[in-house]
Amino acid sequence: MTDMITFHYRISPDDFTRAGEASSDVKSKLKKMGVTPEAVRKVAIAMYEGEINMVIHAQGGEITVNITTDRIEMILADVGPGIPDVGLAMQAGYSTAPDAVRSLGFGAGMGLPNMKKYSDEMEIDTVIGKGTTIHMMVNI
Amino acid sequence: MTVRDVRDKLGAKVLAGENHLDEEVRSACGSDMMSDVLAFSKDHSVLLTGLCNPQVIRTAEMLDIVCIVFVRGKKPDESMLLMAEERGIIILSTGHRMFSACGLLYEAGLHGGAI
Repeated sequence: MTDMITFHYRISPDDFTRAGEASSDVKSKLKKMGVTPEAVRKVAIAMYEGEINMVIHAQGGEITVNITTDRIEMILADVGPGIPDVGLAMQAGYSTAPDAVRSLGFGAGMGLPNMKKYSDEMEIDTVIGKGTTIHMMVNI
Repeated sequence: MTVRDVRDKLGAKVLAGENHLDEEVRSACGSDMMSDVLAFSKDHSVLLTGLCNPQVIRTAEMLDIVCIVFVRGKKPDESMLLMAEERGIIILSTGHRMFSACGLLYEAGLHGGAI
């Protein structure tokens, strides 16, 4: 049986200043654990984009990170409005973020595409009015 | 090129990381959209931006960006400078506009790197 280490984070809603604290913490922990720089970078970017999305679109949520010897799994769960058209949301440049978010440097329609680009596997489960759960996997 | 060279080319002020000016930089990225930076930035990069909020420091942290140059005379507040110091990120501020700042660095041999 493979040993697993789990970290859990609650993401505050509407606190854009603090968005990214969880990703920052995971990045620093993975570095200390001696995970390869490439895997650390992929996890940090993918999780950070997800964390920002949770603050922008979904009133926060919860992130669980499971680390085993050969992979890092991230589960981002929110109870936000859900994604009406996942195919559209996955297109680079498509965004439903308000102008206020764009003025903060996000909402360019690159969040989900970046998450897919930097993870080795990604799965989106979304239900309108109930929320979205995104599983991402990065191989070590 | 080192961060010291970047500072000299842009006539920039060092606001954080004064002791790390000999760090090497190999590519640069100029953008106010952090998602674009996250999509295209490379290792050992300089980020040039006119956006001035804590997510700029966070974005740089996630990408291991060596140095952030704030253009158009933008100056981050104390809390942002502290965040940068804690993460070993060098902060410069230049009066040049984005286009000119990018042009000066490109002319000096610092390129964007292949996409």
